[in-house]
Amino acid sequence: MPFFAYTILFLFLPAGEVMLGAFKSVHGGYTMDNVRQLFHQPYLNAYKTSIEISAVTAVLGGLAGLAVAYAAIRERTPRWIRSVLTTFSGVAANFGGIPLAMAFVATLGTIGIATQFMQNQLHLNVWQGYQLFTKTGVEIVYMYFQLPLMILVIAPAIDGLRREWREAAANLGASPWQFWRYVGLPVLMPSILGAMILLFGNAFAAYATAYSLTSGTVPIVPILIGAYYQGNVLDNPHLAQALAFGMFVVLAVMMIVYVPLQRRAARWAK
Amino acid sequence: MRSRRFIAPSAALWLLAAALYFFLPLVATLLFSLKSNATGKCCTIASYSWVIHNGDFWHTIKISFLLALETIVISLLLFVPTIYWVHLKVPRLRPVIAFLALIPFVVPPIVMVVGLLNLYRGAPSWFYAQPWGFLVAAYVILAFPYMFFSLDAGFRSIDVHTLTEASQSLGASWATTLVKVILPNIRAAALAGSFLALAIVMGEFTIANLSAFHTFPLFLQYVNETQAYPAAALTLMSFAITWAAMLSLLFVGRKRGARGAVVTGAR
Repeated sequence: MPFFAYTILFLFLPAGEVMLGAFKSVHGGYTMDNVRQLFHQPYLNAYKTSIEISAVTAVLGGLAGLAVAYAAIRERTPRWIRSVLTTFSGVAANFGGIPLAMAFVATLGTIGIATQFMQNQLHLNVWQGYQLFTKTGVEIVYMYFQLPLMILVIAPAIDGLRREWREAAANLGASPWQFWRYVGLPVLMPSILGAMILLFGNAFAAYATAYSLTSGTVPIVPILIGAYYQGNVLDNPHLAQALAFGMFVVLAVMMIVYVPLQRRAARWAK
Repeated sequence: MRSRRFIAPSAALWLLAAALYFFLPLVATLLFSLKSNATGKCCTIASYSWVIHNGDFWHTIKISFLLALETIVISLLLFVPTIYWVHLKVPRLRPVIAFLALIPFVVPPIVMVVGLLNLYRGAPSWFYAQPWGFLVAAYVILAFPYMFFSLDAGFRSIDVHTLTEASQSLGASWATTLVKVILPNIRAAALAGSFLALAIVMGEFTIANLSAFHTFPLFLQYVNETQAYPAAALTLMSFAITWAAMLSLLFVGRKRGARGAVVTGAR
C-alpha cells in the first residue's frame, strides 16, 4: 500500500533518524555525550523554561477554561451562549503563531493600544509593555489558544455531569459545596487532568508564537533547535537531534499518563 | 422566584471576562492597523493599501495556497483508497491506523523537521530544494490525523459493503465504484478534511522556517519585524483566512453534528 510506504518514508524514518542521531557522535560511532549534554547549561535551563511555560499555561488555562465552560453550560444560562462559545472557541483555538504574536504586540506591546490606554488615560504604570517580550508575556499569549482548547475539550465532560446526581445530592441534604467536593470534582477529575495534559503538549510543542514574539530571547527548547538550523550557535548537528529527542521523551511520558486518564474519563461518558 | 430564570452572576462574570480576553486583541489589532505609519495617529487605510500593493504578499500567498492544494490532492489520493480498503476488507487494521494518526501529536513539527532535514539532506534537489517536494511531503503528514479522523467518520456513516456490492453487481470496476459511488457519499467528510489541511498549510511556520522556504507565514514574520502597522493589517487578513476555513468546516459538518477541530500546526 502506498499509504504505508508514505508513513514509513516521512514519519517513521525521520522519527528514527532523530532517535538514532541523538546518540551519534560527530566522528561516527555511538555515544551518550549528546544526551548527557542536555543536563548541562544552557540546555537544562531551556527544558526548565519550556516545561514551566507549558505547565503554568496548562494549569491556569485549564482552570479558567473549566470555569468558563461551566458558566456556559450550567442551568439558567441561555442555550445560545453555549453554541456561540463552542463555535468561537473552535476558531480561537486555531489562532496561533505569527499572527497571534502580532495581535498581542498591537495590544500589550510598548506602543500597543491597551498599554497606551492604561498609561495615558488611566495613568496606571503596572504594565510597561516590555514585559510582553519576557517569559510572562509568552505565557499570557499562549493562554489565548490554551483557554479555548480547554473549553472545547472539557465541555463534553461537563455535559456528562447528570442533573439527577445534583438533585439526588440535594435531596440527601448536600450543600452545593458538598456536591462538588464529593460528586462533581471526583467524576470530572480524570477529564480535567487529561485535558491539562493535552494543553501541556500543545504549549510544549509551540515554536512560532514565541519565536515571533521574543525573537529568540526566551530560550525554550524549540527555539534552540530552530537557532541551530538557521545557521550558527551549535557546531554539533547531533546536539539538535538530542534536543529534539528530549522533547519527544517528555511528550511520550505525557502520552503514557494521558491514555489511562482518558480510559477512566470514558467511564462516565454517556 | 423571578430571579431564578436569569443567568447566575458568577457565570455572567466569567463569560464576560472570557469575551473581553478573546476580543480585546482583535479590536486592538484593528485599531493598530488603522494608524498612520508616519504620524502614529488614527485613522487611515494606508496599511491595507500597502499590503494590497505588495508584490511579495501576492507571491507568498499564492505559494502557500498552491502548497495547500497540492497537500489536499496528495492526502486525498493517499488516504481515501486506504481508508476505503480498510473499512471494506481489513477492519482489524483500523485501530493500527488510528494509532498511527496519533503519532504526529507526540512528534511535533519541530521534532519532525529535524528528522526530515537530516534524512533528506542528500536527496535530489527537485525534492529537497523545492517547496513542492519537501514541504508538501511534511504537510501531508501534518494533515494526516485531521484527514484520517474526518474521513474515518465519513466512512463509518455509510454502508461501505452494500454500496460496493450493489455497484459491482451492476458491473462497475473498483475505480468506478470508488469515484462514482463512494466519493459522492463521503464528500462532506473529504471537504472537512480539506478545509483543515488548508488551515494547517496557510499557517504553518515551523517547518517552512527551518527549511527556509518563503511561504505566507514567513512573509508575515518578515513584515512583523520591519513594519508595525502594515503587520497588524496583514495579521487581520491572516485571521480572516483561518476564520473562513474554520467556518466553512462548521458549515460543511453541520449535517453530521460535527464540531470544530483544533489545528496544532500553526503554533
